[in-house]
Amino acid sequence: MSWLKKLTTGLKKSSDKVSSSLSGISLLFGKDKIDAASIEEIEEALILADLGVSVASEIAEGLRARKWQGEVTPDSLREALAEHLTDILLPVEKPLTFQQADGERDLHVILLVGVNGSGKTTTAGKLAARFQAQGRHVVMAAADMFRAAAIEQLSGWGARTDTKVISGERGGDAAALAFRAIDEARADNADVLIIDTAGRLQNRAELMEELAKIIRVIKKQIPEAPHDSLIVLDGTVGQNAIAQMKAFQQTADLTGMVITKLDGTAKGGIVVALAREFGLPVHMVGVGEAAEDLQDFTAHDFAHALVGLSPE
Amino acid sequence: MFDNLKDKLQTVFSSLGKRGALSESDVDSALREVRLALLEADVALPVVKSFIASIRDKAIGATVLKSVRPDQQVIKIVHDGLIEMLGGEASPLRLDVTPPAVILMAGLQGSGKTTTAGKLAVHLQAKHKKKVMLASLDLSRPAAREQLRALAEQAEAGILPESDTETPVQLTKRAMQAARLQGFDVLILDTAGRLTIDEAMMAELRDIKAAATPDEILLVADSLTGQDAVTTADAFNNAVGVSGIVLTRLDGDARGGAALSMAQTTGCPVKLVGVGEKLDALEAFDPERMAGRILDMGDVVALVEKAAEAIEEEEAMRMAERMASGKFDMNDFLTQIRQLQKMGGLGGLLGMLPGLGKLQKQIAAAGVDDAMVKRQEAIILSMTKKERVQVGLLNASRRKRIAAGSGTSVQDVNKLVKQYQDMARMMKKMGTKSGAAAMKAMLGGGMGGGMGGNSMGGGMPSAEQLSQLQQQMQKSGMPGGGGFNPFGKGGGLPGLGGPPRKK
Repeated sequence: MSWLKKLTTGLKKSSDKVSSSLSGISLLFGKDKIDAASIEEIEEALILADLGVSVASEIAEGLRARKWQGEVTPDSLREALAEHLTDILLPVEKPLTFQQADGERDLHVILLVGVNGSGKTTTAGKLAARFQAQGRHVVMAAADMFRAAAIEQLSGWGARTDTKVISGERGGDAAALAFRAIDEARADNADVLIIDTAGRLQNRAELMEELAKIIRVIKKQIPEAPHDSLIVLDGTVGQNAIAQMKAFQQTADLTGMVITKLDGTAKGGIVVALAREFGLPVHMVGVGEAAEDLQDFTAHDFAHALVGLSPE
Repeated sequence: MFDNLKDKLQTVFSSLGKRGALSESDVDSALREVRLALLEADVALPVVKSFIASIRDKAIGATVLKSVRPDQQVIKIVHDGLIEMLGGEASPLRLDVTPPAVILMAGLQGSGKTTTAGKLAVHLQAKHKKKVMLASLDLSRPAAREQLRALAEQAEAGILPESDTETPVQLTKRAMQAARLQGFDVLILDTAGRLTIDEAMMAELRDIKAAATPDEILLVADSLTGQDAVTTADAFNNAVGVSGIVLTRLDGDARGGAALSMAQTTGCPVKLVGVGEKLDALEAFDPERMAGRILDMGDVVALVEKAAEAIEEEEAMRMAERMASGKFDMNDFLTQIRQLQKMGGLGGLLGMLPGLGKLQKQIAAAGVDDAMVKRQEAIILSMTKKERVQVGLLNASRRKRIAAGSGTSVQDVNKLVKQYQDMARMMKKMGTKSGAAAMKAMLGGGMGGGMGGNSMGGGMPSAEQLSQLQQQMQKSGMPGGGGFNPFGKGGGLPGLGGPPRKK
């Protein structure tokens, strides 16, 4: 199955919802402009997809102001919607790539942060698989010292992807582990080190301080690391994602996002709101449980899938 | 965002000025803002819509309390509506079955099922003194079983030994048998996280349910969830019939609108909430607190409640006036019984006055139970409106009818009438200025819980005033066996409750 198809299938349920509520706007069609009641309905369809009220009304307003060529049909409306969404999403479409100069094999450090249960450990495993497949030498560090069996879970991914996992005792110091992981990864001549951290709610000051400490310790080893500081967001999350972004941005100096669990009924529309608000790159989306289900994010396809159009 | 709502509502109403009742247009403009606020709190759109519709009906024509602005009144109505929609009060787990009680945990990936299973074990062992066994049916997520085993160890709960060859249904059967044989009170089954569109996995959940015949099916959901909460809740409820919801990560700063969405969609109460990472961080769900969190306007709600109390205070004042002028009928008597009861009995009322500790003890000694107060209330309610105003009408046959109507005896009715007469006589005698003031002070100042006395016009009643009142009553021939005893002798002291209750 092509990844495009997978994303579409993954988003199908959500787009079904958006498009079915769009088709419901019967008043709308057969006219050459959109009336206020229809605008409200479009806005609601977008709110239902978790775009949030302000972005939803912004887009609906944009549709109202638009000059339509001829009559408004379900397809032309969807196409227009997708266009608006793509405009918002295009600036954040940026695959996770990095260059390593030949000869100078310095370690590229990727730090994964986020709230509990957003899918950090799984994302770490999938990322490892992706880099291994690119022929890169990957090491993972299990710096979630809190959750029971988090270390075992990452080790499971290590075994599956044939990646070395550096771990410590449960309840130990995550910063110390990160420090040691960099040493060991360098000693191993690794290209990439993926550090999985414990889930933490962004309003818990002491946990955020722990994260800040991990980063300080990493910087002691490699001043420009972590090269990628990625927040992993659950695709089912609602408006609290904005608060999450703000807090992690502040503590972890985020460089990008990964949106997970887009294979269910979640619409992932929050991505649009976040793109508007933060403009931070969306590197990847998780659309399934298998390692290859972590896909590059593409604005055009995501926007089209969201409103129920085939991306092609 | 919610501070914005407060401001916006204020703006909506400021142009309208003060009014006695909320008009349709007041309400509609206010509810538009409420709708936005709820959406920002992640309450799902369909739920917001039906909620707004029901609130609209309640709010239109609602009286705006004195000293409260219309916007504040609307917020109070919304707040109460939220509590109602969240199920009103806490609902406990159903555990009183022949052991082992089986609890099935289900939910999406990463919602917090396994951690919650561990917390629930601690909760049931510590708070309910149950012997708990945990069993993992999660064969999908790497290390899920290790996680549950580690949690069981920390919780000092039993754990079903793992096996690599069994299916979730086989594991369920083995767990049931093991729990029964080893004498566990509760068996908690932790299942794999699953997507609601994954038909095979949902079918597996149905099979597990059939094998386990659980007493509770708990849907574990993340309080950070957005609009998808409805879809998720609906799908799990349709597949296996959810009996309760556990909301996790409520220690985060999400408004938790998902609670409302899910409770409304499934018709099931939220039973427990996860409020931290430690194993004891699981609490019973409190609808009132949740409503406060979603709306985040506790100060406004408290203000309106206080205003409502002030109105009762005015009512008390009005009655004191009536008494002072010698107009005192059965309706007033009933009001008084009820008010005294509400204040925690006369004992409670006196407890709020300084220097009356001894008196209070005496009253407590003469203690009357609540049932008696209820009976008195029933007797008065069995009277016709006319009888309540003209007590003289109460002849033998009427008293017989009242006794039958209230489920009491004629003697009870007689006793109540006697008390009423004593009281009325006292009221007349108290027509003097100081007596009326003291009475007013007693009734007025005691209302609303705070002896603040702004309603009394003249500060607290002094101990002197009260003892004066007492002497007056004794002089007037009031039977005073228990010291301060304006209501007559014997058992029928209306509202003279036992120990003061907390309000």
